[in-house]
Amino acid sequence: MTILSGLLQTFLQTILDVLPIAAIIFGFQFLVLRRSIPHLKQVLLGFFYVLIGLAFFLDGLEMALFPIGKLMASQLTDPAFITGSGDSLVTQQELDWWDYRWVYLFAFCIGFSTTIAEPSLLAVAIKANQVSANAISVWGLRIAVAFGVAIGISLGSYRIVTGTPLHWYIIAGYILVVIQTFFAPKTIIALAYDSGGVTTSTVTVPLVAALGLGLASTIPGRDPLIDGFGLIAFASLFPMLTVMAYAQISEWRARRA
Amino acid sequence: MRPYQEFLDSLLDSFRDLLPIILVIGFFQIGVLRQPIPDFLDILLGTAFVLIGLSLFVRGLNLGLFPIGQNMAHALARKGSVFWLLMFAFLLGFGTTVAEPALIAVAQEAAVVAAGGNIIENTPEARGNYAYGLRMSVALSVGFAIVVGVLRIIKGWPIQYLIIGGYIGIIIMTALAPKEIVGIAYDSGGVTTSTITVPLVTALGVGLASSIKGRNPMTDGFGLIAFASLTPMIFVMAYGMLVG
Repeated sequence: MTILSGLLQTFLQTILDVLPIAAIIFGFQFLVLRRSIPHLKQVLLGFFYVLIGLAFFLDGLEMALFPIGKLMASQLTDPAFITGSGDSLVTQQELDWWDYRWVYLFAFCIGFSTTIAEPSLLAVAIKANQVSANAISVWGLRIAVAFGVAIGISLGSYRIVTGTPLHWYIIAGYILVVIQTFFAPKTIIALAYDSGGVTTSTVTVPLVAALGLGLASTIPGRDPLIDGFGLIAFASLFPMLTVMAYAQISEWRARRA
Repeated sequence: MRPYQEFLDSLLDSFRDLLPIILVIGFFQIGVLRQPIPDFLDILLGTAFVLIGLSLFVRGLNLGLFPIGQNMAHALARKGSVFWLLMFAFLLGFGTTVAEPALIAVAQEAAVVAAGGNIIENTPEARGNYAYGLRMSVALSVGFAIVVGVLRIIKGWPIQYLIIGGYIGIIIMTALAPKEIVGIAYDSGGVTTSTITVPLVTALGVGLASSIKGRNPMTDGFGLIAFASLTPMIFVMAYGMLVG
């Protein structure tokens, strides 16, 4: 019974989230455009699928992925695990950045895998595939974005471990984005910029936030309230670079072939 | 039989989408942390839910969200009124963001940070006001972003100059804003765009670009999300400077 009531609760929450959107769309349709919606039945069915789908999706994540993922994030950042001694009283000052190597690997893997499962990225990839007449493959784009998120989150974890200021990384990333923009194929630029924003959504954010919080609260001298943030920013910056790189590589290969 | 076959196929697709996570969790749990998987049954059932959910979502995307976004774009472009188009863009950005759960969570955390840094009083009321103000400024900034993005599609401006301008704005604001707010501001860019907003906004952009003469849906249609994840950073830092 608890499973059903949990599902129902998520479903109602999703409906609440969609209400403003539905109000705007139908309000405009009837008051401004003054016309009926084409294929109204099909569209309503589609909305219904999206609502039910998201409810199942979110509830499933809450049951399966988030508890274990968050637990793992806290265990991997625990000094007792890092020192390998099981003794959390070891002087933490002696740890250097390399002792956190499993954390970087975890950050990389979890960034990559959660991005592949991200529904909003899937939506954009499907659209990009349609618009580009199959020139951009759904999987190609998703993998390029996933690599970007993976690199971003592991670099972001390194930043929390070493305690270097966030803005230098972000500014350096921006400069790279601007430089690469001049070399990348024109058709990919807008999509690459978009892929920064879509990557961090339902699946990625809770896990990444847990990782950042775990790191910032166990490393001496870090304030979880200040240093725990910033991972999402990394995760939305690097996909721009990898998506442009993906287009550059495809173009280069097409030219050679 | 065909609908069942289709649904089975899409379940299989979803399973492939989910496989990397299963492998990563399994590897770290068993290989690195050397611990058994807790609550195995819950995990199995939860994974099944995720699979069903993802399949239904993709189906609904193609039936509902994409067509309606595209239809609205075509209808508004045919109507020819820039005012209503921009109004729609603003409301869509503002309306989808203001109730976004991820944003509400981030705003509350930000209020705790601000109280800890003595920017605001550490009372529930002051924190509530701060979080509310922050949410409103992010929602306004997303509305503003979609308006600018739609205007760009109408006018055919190249996206990179606008984005570079935004970056310069962010760098200037970073230098001026209280340093406690910077991390949250940077993160707020990423959390604003939800799973329902993204397909709608993407379909709107692509629909507009394909119904306006001389615009290419690939180069002009995308980019709305990019604006929506850029402006919140500037607005949140501005909010941090103005309050306290």
